[in-house]
Amino acid sequence: MIGLSHYLVLSAGLFGLGILGLLTRRNAVNVLMSIELILNSANLNLVAFSRYAAGNLGGQVFAVFVIVVAAAEVAVALAIVLTLYRLRRTPNLDDAQVLKG
Amino acid sequence: MSGEAAVFWVFAALTLGSAAIVVLSRTLIYSAFALLVTFFGVAGLYVLLGADFLAATQLLVYVGGILVLLLFGVMLTHKIYDLDLRTETTQLASGLWVAGGLFVVLTAVALKTEWPARARLPASTTTPIGRLFLGEYLLPFEAASVLLLVALMGAAMIVRRRRDA
Repeated sequence: MIGLSHYLVLSAGLFGLGILGLLTRRNAVNVLMSIELILNSANLNLVAFSRYAAGNLGGQVFAVFVIVVAAAEVAVALAIVLTLYRLRRTPNLDDAQVLKG
Repeated sequence: MSGEAAVFWVFAALTLGSAAIVVLSRTLIYSAFALLVTFFGVAGLYVLLGADFLAATQLLVYVGGILVLLLFGVMLTHKIYDLDLRTETTQLASGLWVAGGLFVVLTAVALKTEWPARARLPASTTTPIGRLFLGEYLLPFEAASVLLLVALMGAAMIVRRRRDA
């Protein structure tokens, strides 16, 4: 019998993988992919709670809002990455130190 | 109920395995395509949770929009002759410690807490979600549309080449 805790542990695993990618990858696009993993794990939690614990659709509505914010976030972040690439000729985040004194 | 369990384990393995490829693969384009499988796996889990509208939204927005945008990012931030698109990993050991610690803490909380159990959802969720959007959640719904407009205009402004500079 699959219950709430199965989904919570699965989403914790997805969240951990996203954090790992966020901390260890140097490529900016790859960091963005890791952020998408984290947002997906949060969404999975929201939907699982909505199904098993809350008994109403509030969690699914919140998940839709998270998807909207993720779309806006990835558009702006990719614009920044492309501008950085045009400026520095590299997608590596370690080389983005223009503001460092 | 064993059929549901089998489908859950298949989608869970698909999601976690491809997410591991996204994070650990040394080739950027493999990461992008593994992310496609992850999004499909999460959409399958949504269907299993009875969230049909959200599964369709996941496929449309994530696979159709965000993933294509990320692929544009992969292609545009590498020179066209730079075919292997390699990417490096730094500080893998300490990153593993932090991520593993977070996973252990979250799992312990998820397993130890007594969650309330009230499982009763309508069979089709599209109509109730639409009513919630245009009723109870009308203000966030309108704010989200303004947010999307501002984000699109901001993204276009940031990447525009300035003629006078």
